[in-house]
Amino acid sequence: MDFGNVFLNPDIIATYMPQMIRAVWVTIWISVLVVISGLALGAFLAGLRAYQKRWLAWPIVLFADLMRALPPLVLMLILFFGLPSLGVILSDWFVLYLVLTLVLAAFVEEIFWATLTSLPRGQWEAGAATGLSFNQVLVNVIFPQAVRTNIPQLVNRSLTISKMTAYGSVIGVKEIVSVAGSAQAFSGSATPLTMAAIAYLIIFFPAMLLSRYVENRFQYDH
Amino acid sequence: MSAPQPLPTLEITALEKRFGDTQVLRSIDLKVANGELVFVIGPSGSGKSTMLRCCNRLEEPTSGAIHVNGKPMLGITRRDLDRMRLQVGMVFQGFFLYPHLSVLKNVTLAQRKALKRPAAEADARALEMLDKVGLKHKASAMPGELSGGQQQRVAIARALALDPKVMLFDEPTSALDPELVGSVLKVMRDLREGGMTMIVVSHEMQFAREAADRVVFMDGGVIVEQGTPSEIFGNPRSERLRAFLSRVSGEAA
Ligand SMILES: Nc1ncnc2c1ncn2[C@@H]1O[C@H](COP(=O)(O)OP(=O)(O)OP(=O)(O)O)[C@@H](O)[C@H]1O
Ligand SMILES: [Mg+2]
Repeated sequence: MDFGNVFLNPDIIATYMPQMIRAVWVTIWISVLVVISGLALGAFLAGLRAYQKRWLAWPIVLFADLMRALPPLVLMLILFFGLPSLGVILSDWFVLYLVLTLVLAAFVEEIFWATLTSLPRGQWEAGAATGLSFNQVLVNVIFPQAVRTNIPQLVNRSLTISKMTAYGSVIGVKEIVSVAGSAQAFSGSATPLTMAAIAYLIIFFPAMLLSRYVENRFQYDH
Repeated sequence: MSAPQPLPTLEITALEKRFGDTQVLRSIDLKVANGELVFVIGPSGSGKSTMLRCCNRLEEPTSGAIHVNGKPMLGITRRDLDRMRLQVGMVFQGFFLYPHLSVLKNVTLAQRKALKRPAAEADARALEMLDKVGLKHKASAMPGELSGGQQQRVAIARALALDPKVMLFDEPTSALDPELVGSVLKVMRDLREGGMTMIVVSHEMQFAREAADRVVFMDGGVIVEQGTPSEIFGNPRSERLRAFLSRVSGEAA
């Protein structure tokens, strides 16, 4: 058997292509949903924490620490296999979406919080002195600067979390790894795994280029 | 019957400020009349910045009262405080322009969000104010592209665009290279001629001599002495002021 036949067998490719295309879409839309809601939730939590109310801050800190400490896979297994014994049944894709969103939100909250506290106090004061409310300063002055300084980190976290959609294979989400894995088992060929690798490249290479563009676009002089 | 006292534009009454155990301001009383320029001098740590920052409550007074045009700054809701702050413009030593916004947007932000001015009106007002400080041609520049002196003039325009009743300047030229100081002082002189009420904390004694109606000398959290520039600089009464002035002129020489 030659290399091409093991890793790129044309018949196998043809057979599994339709499933693989569906899996690519599943991976893409779960990733997009996770990134959008994770960034939004993380920013929102950092904003809440900025109010400096202790009863708001400590649950947020606890949440962020827990979500960053626990492996996402453990959380998914608990939610997917543990919760049903309590009578709570969540669908596979929702568990994947929820856990990845919460994990991303935890990292994003910490990223924003670090910047919120390190911006010069004068930025807050200049806003307040011109009659802007706390919320208005947060939204119009502080967050836009926090986003810009953290674009590289936010992009990296988003790409990393998107690749974690592969964990969905463990709880039966029909994303790329899951489909490739069962195709490999069924056909006995390594070709579906090659297809999976190529699928990830097709998705994440443009994402990488886009992130480079965004990073450059939002630089500003001080 | 005597004529009724005209309402001071800014009135500080029995102002006290403590940071924990350290008393930084004690029983400060100061009335600033409409159109008056009050110049504040005093050694480092004497409480000049703290007094200014109490006027718009960037610093929370421990006790006392602040009134702007007869309306209280203290004991009001945060909402009313935001509204009152529109009447008190502040210029900081460090400028604190918003680095992510163009010069024009720096000047329109609070107009739009706090004053709720329509965009076109805010833009027009911003350009008018930028013209006043000589920077209309920089409207679309980013703050990072400007010199310190230009940034400070934009900061002044940002405050002026809200039509404040009084302007507070906390060492507006102290962070500037010497050759840029003049451009900012010129803007302040123009403002004064335009009838703006101002409190200026600064070390520019020459500016005080030319432009101030009154000079206030603070030391150790109290107003030790005040008077016209010629009284304060030409005929200081207290030992502390004499010592301060000789120290300052020694540094300048
Ligand atoms: N947030 C704070 N916490 C504790 N102490 C403070 C705080 N802000 C100011 N102080 C103290 O209050 C005193 C007065 O400070 P302030 O900044 O008002 O002086 P200043 O006259 O403006 O001095 P400078 O000429 O150096 O600007 C100083 O002793 C300072 O250490
Ligand atoms: Mg000071």
